[in-house]
Amino acid sequence: MISRYMKRRVINTVNMAIAVLMTVFGVFWVVWILWTTLHYGIRALGPQLFLEDTPPPGADGGGLRNAFVGSLILLGIAVAIGTPVGVLAGTWLGEFASRHKKIGASVRFLNDILLSAPSIVIGLFAYAILVDPLGHFSALSGGVALALILIPVVVRTTDEMLRLVPVSLREAAIALGTPYWKMVTKITWKAASTGILTGIILGVARVSGETAPLLFTALNNQYFSVNLSHPIANLPVVIFQFAMSPYANWQQMAWAGAFVAVLFILLLSFGSRRLLSRETHRS
Amino acid sequence: MKPFLSRPARDPAPRAESAPQAVKLQTRNLNFYYGKFHAIKNVTLDIPQNKVTAFIGPSGCGKSTLLRMFNRMYELYPDQRAEGEIIIDGENILTNKNVSLIRAKIGMVFQKPTPFPMSIYENIAFGVRLYEKLGRAEMDERVEASLTRAGLWDEVKIKLHQSGTGLSGGQQQRLCIARGIAIKPEVLLLDEPTSALDPISTAKIEELVTELKRDYTVVIVTHNMQQAARVSDYTAYMYLGEMIEFGDTDQIFLKPNKRETEDYITGRFG
Amino acid sequence: MKGSEAASRAPLELHAASEQKSAGKTSVVPADFLFRSLTAFFAFVVAATLVAIMGSLVLEGWPALRTFGWKFLITSTWDPVSNDFGALVFIVGTLVSSLIAMLIAVPVSFGIALFISELSPSWLRGPVSAVIELLAAIPSIIYGMWGLLVFAPWFAQIEPWMNDHLGALPGIGVLFQGPPMGIGMLTAGIVLAIMVIPFIASIMRDVFMITPATLKESAYALGSTTWEVARYVILPYTRTAVTGGIFLGLGRALGETMAVTFIIGNANNLSASLLMPGSSIASVIANEFTEATTHLYKSSLLALGLILFVITFIVLVFAKLMLLRLDNSLEGKKA
Repeated sequence: MISRYMKRRVINTVNMAIAVLMTVFGVFWVVWILWTTLHYGIRALGPQLFLEDTPPPGADGGGLRNAFVGSLILLGIAVAIGTPVGVLAGTWLGEFASRHKKIGASVRFLNDILLSAPSIVIGLFAYAILVDPLGHFSALSGGVALALILIPVVVRTTDEMLRLVPVSLREAAIALGTPYWKMVTKITWKAASTGILTGIILGVARVSGETAPLLFTALNNQYFSVNLSHPIANLPVVIFQFAMSPYANWQQMAWAGAFVAVLFILLLSFGSRRLLSRETHRS
Repeated sequence: MKPFLSRPARDPAPRAESAPQAVKLQTRNLNFYYGKFHAIKNVTLDIPQNKVTAFIGPSGCGKSTLLRMFNRMYELYPDQRAEGEIIIDGENILTNKNVSLIRAKIGMVFQKPTPFPMSIYENIAFGVRLYEKLGRAEMDERVEASLTRAGLWDEVKIKLHQSGTGLSGGQQQRLCIARGIAIKPEVLLLDEPTSALDPISTAKIEELVTELKRDYTVVIVTHNMQQAARVSDYTAYMYLGEMIEFGDTDQIFLKPNKRETEDYITGRFG
Repeated sequence: MKGSEAASRAPLELHAASEQKSAGKTSVVPADFLFRSLTAFFAFVVAATLVAIMGSLVLEGWPALRTFGWKFLITSTWDPVSNDFGALVFIVGTLVSSLIAMLIAVPVSFGIALFISELSPSWLRGPVSAVIELLAAIPSIIYGMWGLLVFAPWFAQIEPWMNDHLGALPGIGVLFQGPPMGIGMLTAGIVLAIMVIPFIASIMRDVFMITPATLKESAYALGSTTWEVARYVILPYTRTAVTGGIFLGLGRALGETMAVTFIIGNANNLSASLLMPGSSIASVIANEFTEATTHLYKSSLLALGLILFVITFIVLVFAKLMLLRLDNSLEGKKA
């Protein structure tokens, strides 16, 4: 019995050591990737990065102004389409779907699948419905592709946050004679607003690094452009092109772009989390 | 009855019928802390062998906490801390290095039935395999003996390989008792074992507890005073982490020495 | 909780229904109806998107599927010049790189989840979880770039060692023979593994944490070690959700595009060695779609997209069903 006990102790110790090692292994990659991005990114950072446009192949200097602006425009389109669609669809799930349990469950299910669908497929879809029929790549089609990725995130958080609103709050509003639509728009949306906002910000964080759906929708543009019906420069595709290139200047600029992108995403992620935790602490 | 269960294998001293006060567990100046909260204060008592000892008291008085010290369950939680001594067979439980072996000697049954996510058979065999390497036939025998001892065998013998979670609450609790005794402990700790059960299942468990004391030293925590009176030989009344009174159950219930005990027993408490 | 919610919802529904009956009498009613219809319409749009994606890919990929038939799935020729296309190389590349990823990610995620839920002191739990979740926040383009410019050159120094030691093994040795280029199927698998670890680990951690304390305690009370509790009690208890989490991770790995495109090597032929370059469905679409000049070429790439979508759809549906089973059983227990 003692030897059996010792054997079990040894197995336990070994396995627990492996678990600790695996955790260190996981943390190690985060540190390595972020450190590399920081290290290479900061070296290429400077005011010209935000003031000048992407340089031609092999040339020195230049910046990523057109890519930054393009990316912000694409994100703007995505938010402009994705927020209303996502919030309204999520509102149906959170407020009305309890009367149609089966349909509600199916919509939730399909939305969750859409949430995890490969982004390159979303890109192909945007190509098929916008680029192909119109005959040209465009900023608009890129924005739509990003919106399609943003929507399921917003639907899900809206749905979840609305279902967290206490029933008593709804009853109190209805008891005053408030019509249902007013109750939703003035009371429950307000009660759930921080959560929904967090969802939108997290969705934007996720979407802003997406590259695959932009490759054949927004494409890329060497020049500064704000025209929605033309191809537009954007950070992810520029990083892709520059990092894959043999030019040292381009690669360095790709690191700078990567640094800015990661910083932007981490700020959004942490900011939204802070927002949410402050909200939950208050109430 | 299988021979192994009629007398615990590791029991070194022959049982003397003329000495009913043989002590199985001795606690000395026990103190317990949840973080800064002092939950058990200087508890010293002797738990007699082959008897049922009940801990009673209002909720939050520390009776479950005290029970969980006997098998060092508190160690799972980082901010919980124990001081003092609990002696079993001359060894201090609280400082023994082999916590796993301590727990083999001291079985525990919890408030809610906790069948493991595996078959009825495996629920029993799991614990046994931790300590012994048994052949197929021996294991079958051990499983049957434990289930028989827990009064469950007839109800489950045709479905040993079905999931343990499919049983009724009372059956699950008896399965947990069977699981506990299958590893041949010397002490059984029961933490409000019937509080989640219906009256009929409760009666069965109580009957079982009375039978179990022939082979084991039983310590039961209960919030139900009638239950304590029905099943226990000795009763300890606790209040706010202190042991107020400990003695023969009949004496505690009929002629308590302390005013506080009497108030609690007669329902004038608070 | 669930029951009381349903009960207290009932009066609201009655209220809404009675409002509808008196339609036309007050102006409130059409507004309610309009609002609900509007939200229902968008919910329908979201659900229909998935169907529309499938439909458009079938439509656009149809010329290729009609031209090549079933052979599209099982031939490995990919020749844009002679307009002859088969998907096998990319299907194999997708499956193999994802398989490597899962072989690494599943045990690592299990270890991480175990550490966070059972071993970690409570002050370390939050920070470790947050750091692991950072892996999910880093965009895939960064993984790709880091993989190509930092990891692959480093890995190329390990590969000769693999050639010498693993390459000599009988049977599996052939997997580890080849030029040490740093990029290739194995590199792609490793980077994919890092990318899916946060998804699998966080689901495992969540379900490990909700395993009832009394269940763990009763296993400890028998004298089990932490490992025995994890292996024989926690893991079986959470089995369906863990499977769901693993498949969710697999779905991610299968569809991952940018990281793979950077480091898989983009070779359109099959190779037994994992050190050799290959291609996945997603990487070939990313690389070639804008260059696809002929109609059939483009249609073949869209058909590849359809195949990818169908594979990931099946995997994700399976994952979701597994995770739903956990939700249902939890709700059942609460009631």
